[in-house]
Amino acid sequence: MKTAAAWTAAGMMSCAAGTCLAQAPYNDTQSAMMPAGNPAGDISALWWRTFWLLTAVYIITMVLALLPAWRRRSRYPHQPLDPVEPLPASEKRLGSVVGAGVFATTVILFILLVGDFVVGNKARALGRDPDPLIIEITGHQWWWEVRYMDGDSSKIVNDANEIHVPINRVVRFELKSPDVIHSFWVPNISGKKDLIPGHPTSLSVKATHLGTYWGQCAEFCGFQHAKMRLAFIVQTPEEFSSWTTAARSTAAAPTTDLQKQGLQVFLGRTCSTCHSIQGTKAGARLGPDLTHIASRATLAAGSLPNSMGHLGGWVIDPQGIKPGVHMPQQQLSSQDLQALLEYLENLK
Amino acid sequence: VSVIDAPTPSTATAPPPAVRSSAARSDHEILLETWQRPPGVWGWITTTNHKDIGLRFIVTAMVFFCMAGILALLMRIQLARPENRFLGPDLYNQFFTTHGTAMMFLFAVPVMEGMGIYLVPLMIGTRNVAFPKLLNFSYYCYLFSGCALFIGLFSNTGPDAGWFAYVPLAGPQFSPGHRMDVWSQMVSLMEVSSLAGAVDIITTIFKQRAIGMSLNRMPLFVWTQLITAWMIIFAMPAVMLGSTMLSMDRVLHIGTHFYNSSEGGDVMLWQHLFWFFAHPEVYIIFVPATGFVSAIIETFTRRKIFGYTALVLSASATAFIGFGVWVHHMFATPIPQLGEGLFTASSLMIVIPNSIQMFCWLAMLWTGRVVLKTPMIYVLGFIAIFAIGGLSGVILASVQMDLQVHDTMFVVAHLHYVLIGGAVFPLFGAFHYWYPKVTGRMMDEKLGLITFALLFIGFNMTFWPMHHLGLHGMTRRIYTYLPQTHWAPMNLTATIGAFILGTGVLLLLVNMFVSLRRGKIAGANPWHAPSLEWAALSPPPVYNFLRLPTVQSRDPLWSDPPDTPVVQGLELNKRQVLVTTTLDAFPDHRFSLASDSIIPLVLAMCTAYFWLGAGIFNPWHAVWAAIAFTVVIAIWFWTSRWSKNKPQPWPKRRRVVMS
Repeated sequence: MKTAAAWTAAGMMSCAAGTCLAQAPYNDTQSAMMPAGNPAGDISALWWRTFWLLTAVYIITMVLALLPAWRRRSRYPHQPLDPVEPLPASEKRLGSVVGAGVFATTVILFILLVGDFVVGNKARALGRDPDPLIIEITGHQWWWEVRYMDGDSSKIVNDANEIHVPINRVVRFELKSPDVIHSFWVPNISGKKDLIPGHPTSLSVKATHLGTYWGQCAEFCGFQHAKMRLAFIVQTPEEFSSWTTAARSTAAAPTTDLQKQGLQVFLGRTCSTCHSIQGTKAGARLGPDLTHIASRATLAAGSLPNSMGHLGGWVIDPQGIKPGVHMPQQQLSSQDLQALLEYLENLK
Repeated sequence: VSVIDAPTPSTATAPPPAVRSSAARSDHEILLETWQRPPGVWGWITTTNHKDIGLRFIVTAMVFFCMAGILALLMRIQLARPENRFLGPDLYNQFFTTHGTAMMFLFAVPVMEGMGIYLVPLMIGTRNVAFPKLLNFSYYCYLFSGCALFIGLFSNTGPDAGWFAYVPLAGPQFSPGHRMDVWSQMVSLMEVSSLAGAVDIITTIFKQRAIGMSLNRMPLFVWTQLITAWMIIFAMPAVMLGSTMLSMDRVLHIGTHFYNSSEGGDVMLWQHLFWFFAHPEVYIIFVPATGFVSAIIETFTRRKIFGYTALVLSASATAFIGFGVWVHHMFATPIPQLGEGLFTASSLMIVIPNSIQMFCWLAMLWTGRVVLKTPMIYVLGFIAIFAIGGLSGVILASVQMDLQVHDTMFVVAHLHYVLIGGAVFPLFGAFHYWYPKVTGRMMDEKLGLITFALLFIGFNMTFWPMHHLGLHGMTRRIYTYLPQTHWAPMNLTATIGAFILGTGVLLLLVNMFVSLRRGKIAGANPWHAPSLEWAALSPPPVYNFLRLPTVQSRDPLWSDPPDTPVVQGLELNKRQVLVTTTLDAFPDHRFSLASDSIIPLVLAMCTAYFWLGAGIFNPWHAVWAAIAFTVVIAIWFWTSRWSKNKPQPWPKRRRVVMS
């Protein structure tokens, strides 16, 4: 018996140790615990209130369970024990105590229900904003297509795996998927919303803190579900408008000979059957738009940092980095590859 | 034929009289000859005894549990560090799908059914289940279904679109090949098995209880089995319908478009059908576990059940409300505000019956004399773990908080706290508790406590960190993650914990094997428990009770007088049982059960051929299988007609019984 108690105590301690480990350095840029906008901020506040309430409930339950197990345990564990014959009066008293416990539970549940409705209403209020920035997100296996909508269709910006939003402005994401179900989730900003074929939907958020945050697909979508990430960049309105202006421009024209050769490689090889570069003949929409690829922070839907070396590795061997990805292996001579990279690196 | 034997103290519990030297055979010998299965392999495959089949369900379920557990350990190794290359996405996706499918369909539900099949007839004082051949059929369907899944996995055809098989990912376009065919067909086959078992359990409970065991005297374990069986009957058809439609979408020559949104189908249809089944499924697993808990707490607090009616009603309420909460798995999909509110409220409401249960158990701990034996320790572990799972479930019920934690490791933590804490801990406690009944020997107490400690520590170390991981952005079902996410320390902790947990399970199995030979001899009632199964010998003879017992209270072995009458007058040379009325358990008539038969196995083969052949190979197999099925089931009923064991009336001297 003592062994068991000691082991259990050790177990409790290791759980406590685990909790301390929770303080290990987390990446706060992909965390529901560090809100940088709404609804995540409201949800986080609700979370902490609920957390402390439920912790109190848990501690009370545990005390109620373990105390009698400890104090009222049989003195004669090896002797057969006659069953206790409870008195009707004490049973009745016990009944009212249990009834009171159930009543308290019900009250707590109502508090939680109301708390949820209040936060839900705040989230829906964001959706009623009269002048939101509208961004269309399309989930693909396994990357995010991002389009900044505008009344003037020539001002629509195509981008991929990276979302730029101005601070303190409501943004409405129009979400859709042409293939399988994906789920859009940037934990610092908002809860999830599924992208479901045949059911376009929307999600309104408002970022309140500057910085770069990360999200990733939250609904299992096949082979590379793990590597379907996106960057969420909150900028000041000025930064955002200058970024938009740059993004609306067509691709930088190749300047050096090597870059010109790179463009020819891009157009001559299979690249242009899937990718588009605004301002060139490449206009396919199967893969991410590469007009400003060099300005992005990452490659392959957030799974590689965007450097020339990584880009080269990705172009030559996408299957090694993201097995199953729809981008085929490329057979390029080292000279062609060099030219292609030189050209792509110029697409700021 | 007399109704009731002269009061013979503890006849039911008495060991069979020694073989007499005279020519007259004892009742024991006659019963043994009547109920014994044929010798050898033939008897082994044709047996219809509920103890054989119940034990078979449990052992098979534990085998699948271990296999799915090994898959879990392999997945934990893969996730131990970022960008690990131990398993690729292909294997990982097959593993997590097979793990979930096997744990839910092939372990949790059948093991609970197996416990019921073994124990219910003993607890209600009868000799076998109502439809013994159907029970045998149910087992074989289960076995074939489980084998189909693992043969699929080992032949690189393991399903890989998740145990929830969301379309369109699981549909023909995005899952070509036969991987999801295996899934959809083995699921349907498994549900045939569950439904057959459920029908059997319900009929047995309603019609074969010992005289005097009115519904309000049934042990809570039997109540929970009854409620679970009803849930199976209402929940399983939804997934069979869904997976059959999935199969018809997938199979080449049929090619329907139920879930194809571009052809007028709807992908959301699948989610509704699936979760309408899959949420009740959780309660199908949990409700029987509450039956174990009630039985163990009653015995080890040495007091009668407190709040019997409340406990029965709360289990029933859980079952009812369990069918009205499924949309909380779909809060991230576009659902109207009213729907959100309704399903949040219903999901929170299900806490109320569960809290009633919990408070009743706590009240028993407070007013009884707690005996801290291994089964009781498991129950305390259950309370500690399940309470966490229940409270994190409250968070999932709230739409807004759910949107943050949905489909993250937080949910993985929650569901394991609920299912391992809420079902596996009580199950292991139940193994310790009923092991002496099944084998006649006790499990080792000390090893049991060490096992518990390992399981408890390993479990919390594995799954507690997942709460943190989920809140810090780690989504579910990802085969790897990047170093800059800083998820590595928690994942490594979880991996180490998983191996401790695995060691605990291994020790449990070792304890069970070793105790088979070396355990202390238990005797009929080693725990001094109150319910009827402890009146039979340990292990129970093939016919269960020499004379069928009668009952005068909820706790017959504690409260009934020693001269409680036993039933006399069943024909010993037929497999006869006493059928009683549904509500009050008055004797109604005698009924002879079917004897051992090969037909259930043949019919199960036809059923397996129907589902697996048609769904995986060619839809025409369905036609041949249906013809074969019709022939075999005709033989089944025809041969039943030959049996001369017509129902026989029970003499109208009922009052003697109830006085």
